Amino acid sequence: MSDILEVTNLAMRFDKNTIFNNLNFKLEKGSLTALLGPNGTGKTTLINILMGMLTPSAGEFKFADDVRLGYVPQFRNIDAEYPLSIEAFVGLNAPIIKSSTVKKAIKKQLEETNLYQIKNTRMGEASGGQKQRAYLAQALLDNPNMIILDEATASLDPMAKDELMKLIKHLNAKHKITVLFVTHDVSLAHKYMQNYLYLNHGQIEHGEMSQFKEAYE
Amino acid sequence: MFAYGFMRNAFLASTFIAITCGTVGVYVVARNFSFLAHTLSEIGFAGAAFAVWLGIGPLWGMLLFTLLGSISVGELSLHSEQKESSISAISALFTGLGVLFLAISGANSNYATNILFGSIIGVDHQGVIQLIVLSVIVLLMIFSIQRPLNFDSFDHIGALAHGVKTGAISVIFLITLAMSVSIGAQIVGSLLVFILLTLPPATANYLGKTIPSMIAWSVFFALIGVWLGLYLGYITNLPVTFFIAVIEVAIYLVTYFTHIIKHKL
Ligand SMILES: Nc1ncnc2c1ncn2[C@@H]1O[C@H](COP(=O)(O)OP(=O)(O)OP(=O)(O)O)[C@@H](O)[C@H]1O
Ligand SMILES: [Mg+2]
Repeated sequence: MSDILEVTNLAMRFDKNTIFNNLNFKLEKGSLTALLGPNGTGKTTLINILMGMLTPSAGEFKFADDVRLGYVPQFRNIDAEYPLSIEAFVGLNAPIIKSSTVKKAIKKQLEETNLYQIKNTRMGEASGGQKQRAYLAQALLDNPNMIILDEATASLDPMAKDELMKLIKHLNAKHKITVLFVTHDVSLAHKYMQNYLYLNHGQIEHGEMSQFKEAYE
Repeated sequence: MFAYGFMRNAFLASTFIAITCGTVGVYVVARNFSFLAHTLSEIGFAGAAFAVWLGIGPLWGMLLFTLLGSISVGELSLHSEQKESSISAISALFTGLGVLFLAISGANSNYATNILFGSIIGVDHQGVIQLIVLSVIVLLMIFSIQRPLNFDSFDHIGALAHGVKTGAISVIFLITLAMSVSIGAQIVGSLLVFILLTLPPATANYLGKTIPSMIAWSVFFALIGVWLGLYLGYITNLPVTFFIAVIEVAIYLVTYFTHIIKHKL
């Protein structure tokens, strides 16, 4: 199978603080990869570089020409007073006057993420799991073939975690979406992911999830 | 009361101002810019006083100052660690300058009152045309950037993640905000223009769940305020601005408490 992403000798420094050095790895099309590592090792920094929001200090990366990236960032500022409905929130990524094609696309993603029944609930009043699925639905509206999720399960209870992970597996299995899933939850990664990237002490390791044994230190 | 030309002018001008401020206000609230809108009103006061000193129309002085002010304050509030105190410092400086310009221009106190508290009844035909043209420009600017503006205002992080050019959007929005403050001040005065830019949209936040419905509610409440305010001002001879303020506050409080009660029960 061909690669969707190739990273060569990637390094990142903030002033004198080196976050990582010489990262090399490839992701296959259609793969399901967990990006693991303790807090503060540079997972989000790596994603920000891949998304073009940060410039690396050295090295390069290349996505396949036909890549369409979807990205669900680690933090969002949606407070309890946030007024928009789930449906309106998902549709922010579309013109305000929506053609029937766009309306259909929104409906499809709401159904896919199991939010259609509660599409009129305000985002501010939605549960943590519903919010995460809404973020995902918004990113899916672009019809991506690769999706990057940063700590999407971090604040969810076990049931909501499983629901989200099953959804992600489903997107991967049914729509062949390549998944890069950032987490520090090793057991969750064992349960749902095929491959891992382990980022720690400025180095990265790549392998099959079933082979992953490293304890965090 | 429509028999009087000045009342017709007043209604026409305030209708357009309410539509503009009601629309722009939805984004002011979504972007947490209420404090900035307040500061811009004070900067607008200084601009109007400056114009009086130069001997040109107050509207143009206001536009000049609020445009410069919104860009610099906007930059400050994006980058400065001490956002609130730097904005306070700027607003103190501008209020002081406004007082100075009024004093050295030798304008009578009546003029100062008009700038601070509004003088909708005093808007002439040419003034109405200017306000309408400016309102339409603001609405067209908002409409032309509506997609990225909506995304950035209601989900800044999501917009960044999708590569929306949020910096450019922010600058364009600040320009429309400066223009709205300047034209809104022509009816409610610079001291209270932030009312039209914050209270109707804050009320709309409780009632609308989509951006179009929030804009519709916000414009509706802004229109009720200015129309009813003008009418009550006409029959009682008390200041229009007073009525607009009271009406908007009342609508906001009723909606707020209804919301609280609904969610507690
Ligand atoms: N803009 C920045 N300037 C300076 N240092 C930064 C910047 N962004 C991140 N860092 C530092 O880089 C390191 C890695 O941060 P990053 O957010 O990438 O970690 P992470 O692996 O995503 O952690 P978490 O699991 O907590 O999300 C941290 O030590 C952080 O303080
Ligand atoms: Mg992170």
